[in-house]
Parts: sequence; structure tokens; C-alpha cells
Amino acid sequence: MQSLGIDVLFKGTNMLRLLKGLWVSVEISLISVAISIVLGLIIGVLMTSKARLIRLILRIYLEIVRIMPQMVLLFIVYFGTTRVFGINISAELSAIIVFVFWGTAEMGDLVRGSIKSIPRIQYDSAYALGMNKFQVHFYIIFPQTIRRLLPLSINLVTRMIKTTSLVMMIGIVEVLKVSQQIIEANRKSSPNAAFGVFAVVFLLYFIVCWPVSRLANKLEKRWA
Amino acid sequence: MKKNLLTIALSTVLGAAALTGCGSTNTASIDEAEVAKAASPGSSVVYRTVDEIKESGTINIGVFSDKSPFGYVDENGNYAGYDVYFAERIGADLGVKINYVSTEAANRIEYLQTGKVDIILANFTVTEERAQEIDFALPYMNVALGVVSPSDAVLTSLEDVQAQDQIIVISGTTAETYLEKNYPDIKLQKYDAYAEAKTAFENGNAIAWANDNTEVIAFAIENEGFTVGIPSLGDADTIAPAVTKGNESLLNWLNDEIVAIGEENFFHADYEATLLDTYGADYENTLVVEGGKVQ
Repeated sequence: MQSLGIDVLFKGTNMLRLLKGLWVSVEISLISVAISIVLGLIIGVLMTSKARLIRLILRIYLEIVRIMPQMVLLFIVYFGTTRVFGINISAELSAIIVFVFWGTAEMGDLVRGSIKSIPRIQYDSAYALGMNKFQVHFYIIFPQTIRRLLPLSINLVTRMIKTTSLVMMIGIVEVLKVSQQIIEANRKSSPNAAFGVFAVVFLLYFIVCWPVSRLANKLEKRWA
Repeated sequence: MKKNLLTIALSTVLGAAALTGCGSTNTASIDEAEVAKAASPGSSVVYRTVDEIKESGTINIGVFSDKSPFGYVDENGNYAGYDVYFAERIGADLGVKINYVSTEAANRIEYLQTGKVDIILANFTVTEERAQEIDFALPYMNVALGVVSPSDAVLTSLEDVQAQDQIIVISGTTAETYLEKNYPDIKLQKYDAYAEAKTAFENGNAIAWANDNTEVIAFAIENEGFTVGIPSLGDADTIAPAVTKGNESLLNWLNDEIVAIGEENFFHADYEATLLDTYGADYENTLVVEGGKVQ
């Protein structure tokens, strides 16, 4: 039987390097996701603002994020800032800035959508019960928004984790880059290593993303 | 009206909080990141002179990390290969530690122009277009383009490429530029990383793969069922170290270094240590450029 090439992972410190690479991906995405959720909630609320100017600015922000590929944003932040302003931002920080910039906009839009989807009658009923503005938002609207938001934001979070593979373009050696290095270094001895190594990488991404989906499932059930 | 004012006030406060919150984390980390960096903000000089590099004790060298046998990472996580062998010598002769930066073909010039690395030693082919953006030192290797294709359908001439056929290239390489310029009708399938291009080619996503001839020769030797139908395409080029445009100090040092170590046949030793397994002894004199003198 032909070897699947998984054995190359047990040479030297290869497996350890792969796991370290995974940690780089997870670290960047976790930090970005955490900041994006907080900022996204704020931006999302602002997106429902009655002030036209604020809505317009946020609309432009969201469109920029949607139109620009993340790769371009990475190049702008990492290389562009040095070129234009002479500021030297580390690759990791550049990655986090880009992912937060992206995550905040998308998260904000999800929050906006969730708030808008709460029927008018919820507000009216709450006011009719004699609640004040704060109580209406905090006890009635907010909990329902979060519930609607959850499945959507989990989708965003897992997407962000997977998109971290782009950071190799600014020199960060993350899990996918390490896997390519391992495949290349062994291309003579195990030409089929690509299959086995990528299979393991698939498994690693799964191990990271799956608990996130499970957690979301659990929360959804509990709040339903 | 009152409601509106409240919303505006609230959003301004929140917006400001978000901005400052974001801003302060950034600056904190920039300071940390800038410790190892000599380029001062505001000045137009992004590169570091030899003295500055020596003073800092570390040189940043951009190499490939997935391009065996030129630049790759071995099983213990150490950089190795023909380019890295030379980089190690540069580090030793400068008396500094080496910080290897993993580069991709498409971002090598950006790295130099922003001074994020001092030297690129990533199988960098000298071209006129590139020489306008960065400065090349003396060459240390010869290279031409080659095209490899499956042995059951060997492509021996680019004239035979049909309209529906595609050829794989890696973005930012000489092969991409050459084909786009001279064969604009051929559809190219572009990949950012070497490993991706290789996987795609092995999976039969395209009829052929155009790359440096060293690459395609090695690929055909290692992988059964593939033949180099076009071993030499375009002009014969050279591979050289590159530095940021205008960095005379480092450029001159590198040129002197290449001439000096040529006396001891350094690059032949380099070839025998790193490339012999891949290309065999037959190609040694064809590929190696010693002392910066192309024969």
C-alpha cells in the first residue's frame, strides 16, 4: 500500500512545528474575533442610528470591507503603512488589524440585521408595559438580538479562522505555511506527502472550528 | 429632536472610545515591534547600512521556506538550501545573527522597498523591470525558463498550446512575465505559493507548468511521468541577491563578498552541499556562477 505521507509529520520536530503554526493561526483569529465582536456590537448599534451621516459613514466602511480582498488589506497595512508613513507594524499586529477591520464591519452588519429583524410590536408591547427606553432595549430587544445573532456570527468566526491562511503573504508562518514547508522539504523522500499532510491540516482546522460550532449549538438550544 | 441629539451624543462617545481604544493598543505594539528596527518614521531612507546592521547584531534575510533545495525548512525547523548556505556565510562574515523571513515570490520586492528585510536571497532572477525597483548584487547562479508537462502529452513548443489549454505559473515569477509578454494568448493559471502550484499541476489542473528550468528539471527527475519538453526558454538569466534600491553600502559589501568567496570556490561547495542530490554533477558548471562572473 502506498504511504499517505503522514509519516513525514513524525520526522524531527515536524508535528510540533505544525501545532505551533496552528497556534499562530488560532491566536491571531481569537484575538481578532474577540475585538471584532465587541467593536461589532457597537458598530452594529450605530448602524441602526437615526443620524444619516453616521449611517452613511458606516455604510461606506462596510462596502470598503466587502469590496477589498483581505489579501489587499494585509498588503496595505503591512507594507503600505511603512511606505507611506514610515511606520513599521509587525506582521502579527498587521494581521490582527486587518482581521478586526474586516470582522468589525461584518459583525456590525449582522448586529444591525438582527436588531432590525425584531418586530415593531416587541417595542410597542414593552413600552405599553411601562418600561423605559433602557429597559426595553436591555431586557426585550437585546436578548432577542443575541439569539438571532449567534448562528450568523459563528459562521463569521469560523470564516475568520480559516482566512488566517492568508497571513503567510506577510511572512507569518502559520499552520498552512508549515504544512507546505514540510511537504516541500520531503518532496524527494515522500512525494505523496501532500495528501497526508493536508489531511492532517484539515483535521486541525476541524478541531479548532468544531468546538465553536458546538458551543453555538448549545447556546442556541439553551436560549430557544 | 431630543432623541436625535441623544443618539448623536451617544454614538460620538462610543465612536471615540472605539477609536482611542483601538489606537492605544496599536501604538503599544508598534513600539514593541520597532525595537529591532532601525528605519525611523518620517525619514525616506528605509534601508540599513552595513554599519547599522552590524551595530544591531541581526540581519534580516528574506528566503523561501518552501522551495527545496534553494530555500526550505528542514525537519528540525531550521532553514536550509543553496540560498540559505550563502546567507549563513553572509551572517558569519558580517558577524551578526540571521533573522530569516519567510517570503513568497509575489512579495519579495515589497519586503525590500519597505526595508522589512535587508537582503532577499530567494532564488531571485535578475530582470530589468525588477532592477528599476531594487538593486541586484553580483549573480551567483544561472537560470533560464523551462516547461514541464506529463510524459504522455509532452509539450515541446509553446506554439502547440491550444486555445482551451492552460499553463501553470507562480505569481510574480519570471515565467509569468515572460509568458504574458510573449504569449499573451496562452491562458495562465496563477498560484501564489510554490506548493500550491505543484499540487495543482500534479492533479492535472493544467497541461504544463512553466517555471525556472532548475525547478522543472528537478521536478521531472523526482516525479515519474513528467518530462521537460522545453528545457530552455527565453533569455538565459542569472540569480542574484537583492537589496533595497540605493543601499550602496550593503550592495558594495555583498559584491566584494561574492568576489572574495569566489576565490575559494564557495558556490561550488554550496552546490555540492545542497544541489548535488537534486541536479546531479552534470549541471554544476552550468548552474553555478562563481565570483559573480558569468561565463
